[in-house]
Amino acid sequence: MVQDKITLTIDHTEVVADSGATILEAALAGGIYIPHLCYHPDLEPAGVCRLCMVEIEGRGLTIACRAPVAEGLVVRTESPEIDKVRRVAMELLIANHHVDCLACGQDGNCAIQKTSAYIGISEERLDALRKREASSPIDTSNPFFDRDPNKCVLCGICIRTCVELQRVSAIDFAFRGPETIVGTFANRPLAESRCESCGECVVRCPVGALLPKKFQQPAREVRTVCTYCGVGCGLYLGVRGDTVVSARGDDDSPVNKGSLCVKGRFGFKFINHPDRLTAPLIRKDGTLTEATWDEALQLVADKLSTYHGDQFATLSSAKCTNEENYLIQKFTRAVMGTNNIDHCARLCHAPTVAGLVQSLGSGAMTNSINEVMGAACILAVGTNTTAAHPVIGLQMKKAVARGTKLIVANPKEIDLCRFAHLFLQHRPGSDVALLMGIMRVIVDEGLFDKAFIDERCENFEAFKASLDDFDPQFVSQTTGVPWEKIQQAARLYATEKPASLFYAMGITQHTHGTDNVLATSNLALLTGNVGKPSTGVNPLRGQNNVQGACDMGALPNVYPGYQRVDNDEIRAKFEKAWACSLPAGAGVTHVEIFDDIERKTIKALYIVGENPAVSEANSSHVVDALKTLEFLVVQDIFLSETAELAHVVLPAASFAEKNGTFTNTERRVQRVRQVIQPVGQSRPDWRITCQIAQEMGKSGFDFASPEDIQDEIRSLTPSYQGITYDRIEQEGLQWPCPSADHGGTAILHTERFATKSGKASFVPLTYRPSAEVPDKQYPFILTTDRSIFHFHTGTMTRNVQGMDVLNGQELLDINPADALSLEIDNGATVEVSSRRGRVSVRAHITEACLPGVVSMTFHFSETPTNVLTNSALDPVAKIPETKVCAVQIEKPDSPAG
Amino acid sequence: MEERLSSILSSYEGKREELIPILQQIQGEFGYLPEQAMLEIARFARVPESSVYAIATFYTQFRFTPIGKKHVMVCRGTACYVRGASRVLETVEELLGIKEGETTEDMEYSLETVACIGACGLSPCIMINKKVEAKMTRKRLTDVLGKGEAAEA
Ligand code: SF4
Ligand code: SF4
Ligand code: SF4
Ligand code: FES
Ligand code: FES
Repeated sequence: MVQDKITLTIDHTEVVADSGATILEAALAGGIYIPHLCYHPDLEPAGVCRLCMVEIEGRGLTIACRAPVAEGLVVRTESPEIDKVRRVAMELLIANHHVDCLACGQDGNCAIQKTSAYIGISEERLDALRKREASSPIDTSNPFFDRDPNKCVLCGICIRTCVELQRVSAIDFAFRGPETIVGTFANRPLAESRCESCGECVVRCPVGALLPKKFQQPAREVRTVCTYCGVGCGLYLGVRGDTVVSARGDDDSPVNKGSLCVKGRFGFKFINHPDRLTAPLIRKDGTLTEATWDEALQLVADKLSTYHGDQFATLSSAKCTNEENYLIQKFTRAVMGTNNIDHCARLCHAPTVAGLVQSLGSGAMTNSINEVMGAACILAVGTNTTAAHPVIGLQMKKAVARGTKLIVANPKEIDLCRFAHLFLQHRPGSDVALLMGIMRVIVDEGLFDKAFIDERCENFEAFKASLDDFDPQFVSQTTGVPWEKIQQAARLYATEKPASLFYAMGITQHTHGTDNVLATSNLALLTGNVGKPSTGVNPLRGQNNVQGACDMGALPNVYPGYQRVDNDEIRAKFEKAWACSLPAGAGVTHVEIFDDIERKTIKALYIVGENPAVSEANSSHVVDALKTLEFLVVQDIFLSETAELAHVVLPAASFAEKNGTFTNTERRVQRVRQVIQPVGQSRPDWRITCQIAQEMGKSGFDFASPEDIQDEIRSLTPSYQGITYDRIEQEGLQWPCPSADHGGTAILHTERFATKSGKASFVPLTYRPSAEVPDKQYPFILTTDRSIFHFHTGTMTRNVQGMDVLNGQELLDINPADALSLEIDNGATVEVSSRRGRVSVRAHITEACLPGVVSMTFHFSETPTNVLTNSALDPVAKIPETKVCAVQIEKPDSPAG
Repeated sequence: MEERLSSILSSYEGKREELIPILQQIQGEFGYLPEQAMLEIARFARVPESSVYAIATFYTQFRFTPIGKKHVMVCRGTACYVRGASRVLETVEELLGIKEGETTEDMEYSLETVACIGACGLSPCIMINKKVEAKMTRKRLTDVLGKGEAAEA
C-alpha cells in the first residue's frame, strides 16, 4: 500500500509527511526539533509531558505528539504562549526529579538535560527548583539494572514498552495524583514481579531512572550473533580493553529487529568470567594439572593415533560454529576413520530430522521468523516459546495483538497461555492422540484442502484410514482434553488461513517423538498449510547452532548437507575431496555411544563443548560410562562436570573470541565475529582440531581462517554453495542457497517437496503410550521444562552472576491438589525418585501443572534432574524420552516405600 | 478464601469493565483486597495483575491491608480540618505506630481517614467501629484508644 503524502508548514518550512504521522514525527523527520520527553518512536503516544506543545493556526495550542498531520496545516513551534506552557511543564518535571547529574549514569544522554537546555531553564532556576532529596528507596532487586523512582518523570515509556512491545505487563502506574509511581503488582521489588529482565525498558528510559548496574561505556562495538538460542538474534557487543562490557540489539537484523531477551542482553558476563579455562590441563597422578599446549596436543595426538575406527567417537557441539562442526566431523571421519559422531541435536531434534525428511523431504523449519506476524492462526504445541525462544515468543504475542488466533497445546499452563484463544492442556505423551483427534475432526467435517492434497501429496487414503482409531472417546480419554475443545482447535486451525504450526522439545523428546513430528506434518499437509507464506511446520531449534551442526554433518549417518554416508557416489566424492578412504556404515548415536563405552567397544572419546554428565537422560549411567574410558578429551570454555572426568582438557575460546558462522532455526547462516582476543591461552575450537590433526601428521587441516574452511564447505555442500562471507557481511542468507546468484530460500517446498517424487507424504499413525507410565510405586508423571533465565545445563548462564538471583534453584512444580494430598507446603523440600535415581528439590505449588503431573528444569547440576529421566529411545530417531517418566514424591522424613 | 472468592467471581463474566464492581465486592467480603484475590481477579478477567493493582490503587476506596479489630477513621472534613484534624491524625499515627491505610501487626487497630462523618458539631472527631468519638484532644485520644502506656513512652 502506497502511503499518501501530506504537505504542511512548520515554522514557515514546508514539510512532507506520511499520512498517519503526527506533527511531532513530521517535524523531527523534517529536521525541526520540538522538545519532547514521553514520545518514543516505537510506542503509542501518551501525551503526558506536555513539552511538545505547538500552535496550529486557527486551532490554538495542542500537543504535537498526538496531533495527526493534515494537508495545509500551519504549525508554529515557538510563541510566548507555547513557551509559557512548556516552561511550567518543564519546571514541574524538574521539581519532581532528583537532579544530581554528575552522579547519574545518564549524564550527557538525558532528555531532561536536553529539553531544559532547549527551553532555557537557567542554572539558578534549575537549582532552586530541583528535588534535592532522594526520598524513595532505589529498587536494586533486579540483578542487571536499578530502578530509581526519585529520577522517574512518569513519562510512562517503560510501561508502554513492557505492555505494548514486550507484552509482559510487569509494571503499570500505581496510586494517583502526587503519589503516582511506576509500580509492579503489590508494589514489590521488580525481581519478585513478572518482569523478564529483557531490559527493553532500560534502553528506552529517557532519564536516569532505569540504568544498567555498573554500566561501563564501551570503547568500541562489534556486530555479531547471540550465542544462546536458535533464534539467532543480531547484537552488538561492546568492549573496553579485553572485556565485553555491554550488549545491545541490532536494529538492522532481519531476525530480531533490535529486540533481545535477558540472555542476549545481559548474558555476556560468562565471557570474561574468572573461572574460564585459560590453560590446557592434563591428568597427572589422578589430578588435572596445568600443561603447555605443546604437551597437551602431543599427548592427545599420540593417544588418538593408537585408536582407530569404531574404538573412537566424537561428540560435537551445537554451540560451535559451522566451520568448527565441519572440521570436527571431517577429523572424525577422515582422520579417525569412523562415523561415530553425534551432538546434542540427538537429544532435542533428531525426530524432526527423521520425521520431516520422511514426510516433506527436509528436516528444517519450513518458514521464516518474520512470517509469524502474517499468520491468521498459530498452533504452538510442545513449545514454551516465550521462555525457550523469547524473541519468537515476542512475535507471537505481537501477532495475537494484531488479531492472529493462537492455539496453545501443552501439558503445562505456560506463559503463552495468557495470550491464547484456546488452550489444550493434554497429558504428557498424548500428543499423537491429540493431533490425530484434531485431524479426525478436520476430515469428518470436510475442512481439509482437497486440491492441495490431490496435487502435492501422496498416501492420503492410508493415512485417512489410520484416523479411524481416534474416535472422540478414545482421544479425550487419552489426552484429558474435552472433545469440544479439540473440535474448536480443529476448526480454528483448518479455517483461519494461513496457519503456522510451531513445536519444540515437547513434541520430540519422547519414545514416539518421530510419530509426534509426523503428526504435525500430517496436520499441516491436510490443511494445505505448507509451502506458502506464514504457514508451515516450524520446529524451533534449541541451541544457537544446532541447525548448523546438523547441516555440517555432525551426525553419524550423513556428511554435510545431509548427504548420506551409505551412498557410494557421495562417499566417493568425499573420499576424493579429503584424500582418504571413508567408512561406509553409519556410526552410533549419542545415547548408543555411552552404551558402547560401557561395552568397552568405544575406548576413546573426544567431546567438544558438551556436558553429557548433566544433560543426558539417566545421567548417572553416563558418568559411570565416562569414568571407564581409556582416553577422554574434553574441549570446553569452563571446567564442566564432564571436563572434570577427562584425561586432557583443552581450553576453548568463546563465541566472542572467534570468527565463523552460525545457522539459526530458520536456516539463516549468519556471521559471528571476533570481539576480543581469546581469554588466557584458550584457542578457537577450529584451530585446536586442526592442530590435533596436524600433530597426528594428517593433511587437509592447514586452514588459515574460518573463511577458508567455509570455502571447502561450499564446495562439498550443495545447499551452502552460494553462501560466501562477502555475501553475508550485512545480512545472513537462508539455505538452500545453491549458487552465488541465488538469494536464499525463505520458504521451503513452494513448488515441489524435497522428496524423490517431489510430493509430500502422509504417514499413517497409531498411538503408542510413553515407555514409562505411572503406576502404584511411581504414581506421578515427571516432565521437563525450561526457565527463561537459564540455558541448557547452565555452563554459560550459571556463570553470569545475576541469572542466579532471578532463578537460583531448581523447583518441582506440583498441582495444589497433589500437594494437599501429600501434605507438602510450598517451598518444602521433597524427595523425587524414579526407577533410576533420586534427587531432593523444593516444591513449588502451582496450577500450571495438572494433577498427577509434576515438572522440573535441568539447569542445575546440584539438582541433576536427568538422573531421574528415562533413556528409553525412539526407535527411529534414537532420542531419549526426557519429557515423560514416572516418579514418586515423598517428604524427606517419611519412610521409603 | 478460595471458595468465597470463586463464589463472587462466578457471578461475573470476566469483562474488563467489571473490574471495579468485582474489587468492591471482594473488599466488601474481606474488608480489604487480599493479594491472592487480586491475582485471581487478574486471571479471571485476563488482564495483567499490574493493571488490577493500578486500578485498585487509583481509587482511594480500596485498602490493601486487613481491617483491625478496632477500625479507626479520622475525619478530615472541613469542620474537623479547621479544628485540627491533621494534628489528630498525627497523634493517632503516633499512638498506634501505623500510618493511614495500615493495620497494626497484632491486628488490633487499623487506620483510615474519611470525609465528613456528619457530626460536625462534635469536631474534631473520629469514629471507631462506627461509633463517633467527639472533641478529640491528645488526652481523649489516649483514653479512647486505650494507649496510655504508649503515650507515656
Ligand atoms: S522509569 Fe524512566 S521510562 Fe519509566 S516512567 Fe520513569 S522516566 Fe519514564
Ligand atoms: S525489563 Fe522487560 S519485562 Fe522487565 S519491566 Fe522492563 S520491559 Fe518489562
Ligand atoms: S532470543 Fe535467543 S538468540 Fe535472541 S537474545 Fe534471546 S537467547 Fe539470544
Ligand atoms: S512528547 Fe508529547 S506530551 Fe510528551
Ligand atoms: S467535618 Fe468532621 S464530622 Fe463533618
